[in-house]
Amino acid sequence: MIRVVLPTQLRTLARIDGEVRLEFDGQASQRTVIDALEARFPALRGTLRDHETGKRRAYVRFFACEQDLSHEPADAPLPEPVVSGDEPFLVVGAMAGG
Amino acid sequence: MSSVRVLVGTRKGAFVLTSDGRRDRWQVDGPFFGGWEIYHVAGSPADPDRLYVSQSMDWFGQVIQRSDDGGASWETVGNEFSYAGVPGTHQWYDGTDRPWEFTRVWHLEPSLTDPDTVYAGVQDAALFRSVDGGASWHELRGLREHGSGSSWQPGAGGLCLHTIVQHPTKAERLTIAISAAGVFRTDDTGETWQPINKGLQSGGIPAPEAEVGHCVHRIATHPSRPDVLFMQKHWDVMRSDDAGDSWYEISGDLPSDFGFPIAVHSHEPDTIYVVPIKSDAEHYPPEGKLRVYRSRTGGYEWEALTTGLPQQHAYVNVLRDAMAVDDLDECGVYFGTTGGQVYASADAGDSWEPIVRDLPPVLSVEVQTLP
Repeated sequence: MIRVVLPTQLRTLARIDGEVRLEFDGQASQRTVIDALEARFPALRGTLRDHETGKRRAYVRFFACEQDLSHEPADAPLPEPVVSGDEPFLVVGAMAGG
Repeated sequence: MSSVRVLVGTRKGAFVLTSDGRRDRWQVDGPFFGGWEIYHVAGSPADPDRLYVSQSMDWFGQVIQRSDDGGASWETVGNEFSYAGVPGTHQWYDGTDRPWEFTRVWHLEPSLTDPDTVYAGVQDAALFRSVDGGASWHELRGLREHGSGSSWQPGAGGLCLHTIVQHPTKAERLTIAISAAGVFRTDDTGETWQPINKGLQSGGIPAPEAEVGHCVHRIATHPSRPDVLFMQKHWDVMRSDDAGDSWYEISGDLPSDFGFPIAVHSHEPDTIYVVPIKSDAEHYPPEGKLRVYRSRTGGYEWEALTTGLPQQHAYVNVLRDAMAVDDLDECGVYFGTTGGQVYASADAGDSWEPIVRDLPPVLSVEVQTLP
């Protein structure tokens, strides 16, 4: 089971209360986790990654285990504590602006 | 008694302002979609309970919301705007070629006859259409590919398609405007397009009378006389009497002919409204006086409408999509400012009252006249 924490704007958009728990078979990577998120909450499609290119949107960050995973390959396995559900996978709106 | 619903898009959410036909007491609801930029909220002329919203944010991209109950509830619909074919490039500010890239929906224009059909004007400039209530969007690629697309350059706000005018009886005719490319028309429902900018003269481009490259800010027309188009250009207020085939200037005695919005009285096709702004460098009213100017003669001769509007220290702007009229017997006129005020006139502009004063900067104002 993977726990995903979304920023407030996206929780409101997708009408999510609290963190999301995804039951997961197979390898968990940024790509497969977001695929699963979008399948369960279609309102999130296009908000985390570009429809066309599939790339993470510029102001979206992925953190876990006190590390910035944003620049890891989309298919890289997520850290074991995330896969086991001990640590959440954090989707964060990047700090930008004044 | 009829009622009025004013749909306001702002930098930080949408607001809905409602009143009965007297228009002297207003209920203010919102913010809806708080924190998001709401470039436009539009109601279907065919079903006023059908509303569409363009919601976007630099962080999380574009979202389209739809309501089927007049705004009581909302659902997200399709937000995939993919350019058809191989998009190619347009000109960037520095003259280099830049690949077409979707940024946001500036303007939503629901069909006059079908609530499920809606057009979207987007940045980078292109026209999309949905025929399934916003679930999916398809580009009318003939516009971008008509020949001049690779030479289009963005205006200061981006390369945006911001105005979509539907002909009231010829469904196959659409007239659109792009900053800073100009006006284009189709007579076959978007298959083929032609630029219609003859008569426009623009400083700041190499050939002032070029076929394309003009920074058109807004076009308005009256449904009883659809071949007459009024335009607020970057500089100059313009008019066409032949559906855009040719244009002539009607700025007349305006204190400045720079501005963004233009609107037409709902019952008098020769009565038009603009909000002069000092200049392209100084986006605020001349002399710090917020004045709507009205012409009752189809242009040339203008009168300042000031009653109820601040006549000192007013340095707000009124953006291109932020003025609209209602259809009540005594035409109501509405506009929103970058300072967050929404002003209403229940007497065709003779006097004004603020409905609200302290919203986030207003991006768009639309009005629905409800039975």
